[in-house]
Amino acid sequence: MKFLSDKTLEHLREAAEIPDLTGTRYRLLERVARGGMGVVYIVEDERLQRRVALKVFDAPGADRDLANRLTREALVLARLEHPGIVPVHDVGTLADGRVFYTMKFVQGQRLDKYLESVASISDRLRIFVRICDAVAFAHAHLVLHRDLKPANIMVGSFGEVLVMDWGLAKLLEQQVRRPTEVADPDDTIFETPTQAGNSNAGTLPTSDATGHGTVMGTPGYMSPEQERGEIEHLDARSDIFSLGALLRFLLTSDSKASAATARKPRLDKALYAIYSKATAPNPGDRYPSVPQLAEDVSRYLDGLPIKAHHESFIEKLGRFYRRYRFFILLIGAYLLMRVLIVFFMHR
Amino acid sequence: MSDEDFQPGPGRFPPTRRSVIEAVGSMDADERENALEALCAAYWKPIYKYIRVRWNRPGEEAQDLTQGFFVEVLERALLAKFDAKRSRLRTYLRLCVDSFVSNEGKASRRQKRGGNVAHVALDFAAAEEELGAAAMDPAAVPSPESLEEFFEKEWLRSLFSLAVEELHQYCVARDRERTFRLFEAYDLEENDKISYDRLAKEYRISVSEVTNALAWARREFRRIAFERLRELCGSEEEFQREARVAFGSHPT
Repeated sequence: MKFLSDKTLEHLREAAEIPDLTGTRYRLLERVARGGMGVVYIVEDERLQRRVALKVFDAPGADRDLANRLTREALVLARLEHPGIVPVHDVGTLADGRVFYTMKFVQGQRLDKYLESVASISDRLRIFVRICDAVAFAHAHLVLHRDLKPANIMVGSFGEVLVMDWGLAKLLEQQVRRPTEVADPDDTIFETPTQAGNSNAGTLPTSDATGHGTVMGTPGYMSPEQERGEIEHLDARSDIFSLGALLRFLLTSDSKASAATARKPRLDKALYAIYSKATAPNPGDRYPSVPQLAEDVSRYLDGLPIKAHHESFIEKLGRFYRRYRFFILLIGAYLLMRVLIVFFMHR
Repeated sequence: MSDEDFQPGPGRFPPTRRSVIEAVGSMDADERENALEALCAAYWKPIYKYIRVRWNRPGEEAQDLTQGFFVEVLERALLAKFDAKRSRLRTYLRLCVDSFVSNEGKASRRQKRGGNVAHVALDFAAAEEELGAAAMDPAAVPSPESLEEFFEKEWLRSLFSLAVEELHQYCVARDRERTFRLFEAYDLEENDKISYDRLAKEYRISVSEVTNALAWARREFRRIAFERLRELCGSEEEFQREARVAFGSHPT
């Protein structure tokens, strides 16, 4: 038997991982990243002559449950046509049985890297509002992300903000099964396992692995109920908790800090109130929806009172000053000038 | 190359083999023997090398202990006690080896009873040579973590070597020896100067034929390795975890 050196072993691992694109219209260019469930490559779509990102599930094709999850991710994404959500072009199975999907190749940086060049709090909050827009859109289509964190947000080279990696997304099934009913995004809706092979536009394969009691997500960003594995009880407020943790990251740039840590972040009182409300341990104490969270952040940006915090008179004055600082200073300068004129005229 | 070779889809793969953990407790003697052979084929080398490095035993004694261990596995039905929910088979076997070697008296008695692992050629000379090639100094692996890492790497080497061997036989059976030679030249030889162009010229075929052959061989290698791996795992969860260790643990 041939002896395989360490170098050969490593090479074999890499060679066996390379997606076999035989029979597809894609040509492999390079490997770019590894996600929770698979590896992302840049490939060339030879038919349309453009570069796209190809995500291939890295576990054996025989694992139907996990393969379903990637297919489901693709189908969930395909439903969500929004500028803040990366569009999916194609989904299929490779010759080696692995599931793949292709999506727009986003040239940009991960949020954590991008923030190194963004110092202004208001610019960071504007990014946050755009993340909220994408998540709110998904919630309106009854999809929970369940893994919102800096590594899953990309900022494109033209400043576009994209929410990535919907591998843990929870599809709120009521809309799929009974499209004529009026959907309530806050309802808890259950997943039903189906076969990937039978999947079609109306029925997304779901996962046994995300059943009640299963803990999936990222510590520090997932809500307490998600951490407890209460999958069946998750609703939009679970993502709101993650958005709160993300807000803290945006404002402090501390990747180790999280909503779970007891240490209070050093934030402006109003921003701290927004963060606290979003990350309240009890879902009932959080913002009921993402647009309401985004609205509070936008109001803060506009110098308006926020709903998460009742201001004292002094705080109101302070906010009034900050909002109309230019005019107040202008009037102050004008009055001072008048006083000085009057003073020198009467000397 | 026939069109059949490029038919996509998972459905064409042969059914997966039964786990050795179940098969070793089978009522069928043949199935039991095959299971032990599969286990022995995959693990004898890592175990032998582990005994040499971890327990610092001379070659001859390590050979006896390795053979004695597999007899112990059968006699004491060690695999029946394995709980896939609590640990990985690999870790379980390593701990069993530790316990077995630490009680050498029993091991030597078993050897005297004539316990031997039949039908699997244990090429200890080759294992010793590999150990020399790896230049593993026992003093360099003092911590349990590095020993675990060592055992894991040897297990992976054994798994991949068996998969390569099986791929070779598969290619021979399908009259695709040239494909295997291309795979061997490009993926197994440590030749930095090798290229698709060079192989195409050497074999007087087109570059796309080279890349297609390599894609086929890698796909089959992956399939065979996964089949072997599945056979050596106690549960689907363990298989998934081990598959990640074997193939999917490259950091970004």
